[in-house]
Amino acid sequence: MSTVEHDTADADAAEMATGHSVSRVHRRGDDSAVLRMSEAEAAQIGNDPSTYDDDERVLLNMGPSHPSTHGVLRLMLEMEGETVRRSKPVVGYLHTGMEKQAEQLTYLQGCTNVTRMDYASPLFTELAFSLATEKLLGIEVPERATWIRMLMCELNRMASHLLFMATNGMDLGAVGMMIYGWREREEVLRFLEKVTGLRMNHNYIRPGGVAADMHDGWEADIERLLELIPPRLEEYDILMTGQPIWRERLQGVGALNADEALALSATGPILRSTGFAWDLRRDDPYLAYPEVDFDVIVGSYGDCYDRYAIRLNEIRESMWIVEQILDNMPSGDYRVQDKKVTPPPRVRIDQSMEALIHHFKIFTEGYKVPEGETYAAVESPRGELGVYMVSDGTSKPYRMHVRGPSFINVQTMPHLMQNGLIADGVAIISSIDPIMGEVDR
Amino acid sequence: MSDDTSATDAAQSEEEGAPSGHDDNAGAGIRFGAIVEESLGDTVLHASVEQYLHTATAAHADGFALLVDLTAVDFLTYAGTRTLPDAVSAERFEVVTSLFNPQRRERIRIRVQVSAADAAVASMFDLWPGSELLEREVYDLFGIEFTDHPDMCRVLMPDDWVGHPLRKDYAVSSIPVQFKAASNIR
Repeated sequence: MSTVEHDTADADAAEMATGHSVSRVHRRGDDSAVLRMSEAEAAQIGNDPSTYDDDERVLLNMGPSHPSTHGVLRLMLEMEGETVRRSKPVVGYLHTGMEKQAEQLTYLQGCTNVTRMDYASPLFTELAFSLATEKLLGIEVPERATWIRMLMCELNRMASHLLFMATNGMDLGAVGMMIYGWREREEVLRFLEKVTGLRMNHNYIRPGGVAADMHDGWEADIERLLELIPPRLEEYDILMTGQPIWRERLQGVGALNADEALALSATGPILRSTGFAWDLRRDDPYLAYPEVDFDVIVGSYGDCYDRYAIRLNEIRESMWIVEQILDNMPSGDYRVQDKKVTPPPRVRIDQSMEALIHHFKIFTEGYKVPEGETYAAVESPRGELGVYMVSDGTSKPYRMHVRGPSFINVQTMPHLMQNGLIADGVAIISSIDPIMGEVDR
Repeated sequence: MSDDTSATDAAQSEEEGAPSGHDDNAGAGIRFGAIVEESLGDTVLHASVEQYLHTATAAHADGFALLVDLTAVDFLTYAGTRTLPDAVSAERFEVVTSLFNPQRRERIRIRVQVSAADAAVASMFDLWPGSELLEREVYDLFGIEFTDHPDMCRVLMPDDWVGHPLRKDYAVSSIPVQFKAASNIR
């Protein structure tokens, strides 16, 4: 697969011509794929099934504690035999008010909060948060910091997609794949740990740069990774990609077209699987992505198989980007030398009272961010991850909203599952790859 | 068409509340019937509650096929001075809708002032069904209603929750965990 050009003009013209009465995703009533029923109603029917006025159909609850729901996703399914007619994802089981929490934390502390949202790709939320803060502050980070960010994010994308390989395999019964995916992901996480000190929830990318420079000999570690992973991906191809059982299980399951995906605000691999080449790294560039070469991987059928293949190939693309970063990593500072946001170096604290006070102030009060509102978006492994931030001139965000791709992608689920078998539902949930920490925030 | 005429057209349609359909006057101060402003390099459209749906409809027709984000801000305890265009009067809530035009790779943001007394705006469901969950989230956390929304109910908080957590007058505190209808689960 390689990049293909989509024809948005035609798609848009068709959409405008047909209005919004035809498309299945626009339906409101009983013919919609979404079961718009409150939980109380569903519980009522659960207690007394005879109150459900449809003789053919039965309501079935799936989750929130179900091995294939990736955490705590609950689905209310309206079944007709083995076939799913309508469904509704019920979320909120992990809701801990992180956006409210963000209003209590300074900009410096904010990263520790947002990194816990999408715990499979924490660096992306940190990056979006930092980019939004930097936009409000009006500071430019040094070139090296930008490239380190890019390197870490691409490695994180690999780790996240490898995790997807593992869970997707497991959900579909390729239990061995579960172990292989985790094994490779661990190799990547080992590098992230070496740089950031933590396997997950790194708090590494911060407003103004990154927390620490790369360790000595990081190039050798990366080269080892780049040698190690490709043959393992070849093994995945043998184990899954070409397998008749794997193909049979995924091809044509949970299909969506580009118009529907766009209408549902789906981004990332879900949108790309429909053939719509849409990647913020290319289409709304940030960091130094215009300076590296990579392909936007697209599918053509919008089914579960395409979403799997896209992620597998994106691991390869990420490795290609990492290779280029390895060759082009600039020297310089890893964080901006702006007295306002950067604490003084450790040695200065011993020598100067002012430096000590400065250091103390930054970590207790935090730095003040000029008034304004902004939106910064990055391409996370799951789609567009954006941070909308409003500052009122104090040291804490007045409002911090995260546009979580997992949250928004969840609403494609009923449309993908409609008129499919319940067993395919598991493949569909898996192929959307929602991270519930980000869905519920 | 000169900037003058299109601005007049837009102003007229603003009065009538009809979509302007003009998209070639981005710098002219009025676009899709809403006041245009720059915010740190982003294009921001200020629409009133009444205009909102028309502005969105015009934007949709103009190729903004992707509703990226929809959220709200509660300005109750805002410490700074709010800078809004003269024609826009500040209200307690603001609904912020981010749109993307994939053809032109252009982002815009529609900001709508929503009063606390009548916290309701039009739903974007018919234009972008992807707004369904986002609007439910805003309803849940801010208590802003979306008229003509197909399923206006809470999404993150339990159905029987009292209050809207992201409002600024909702105190930060620890509350004992409430399990949804624990006794009713089979």
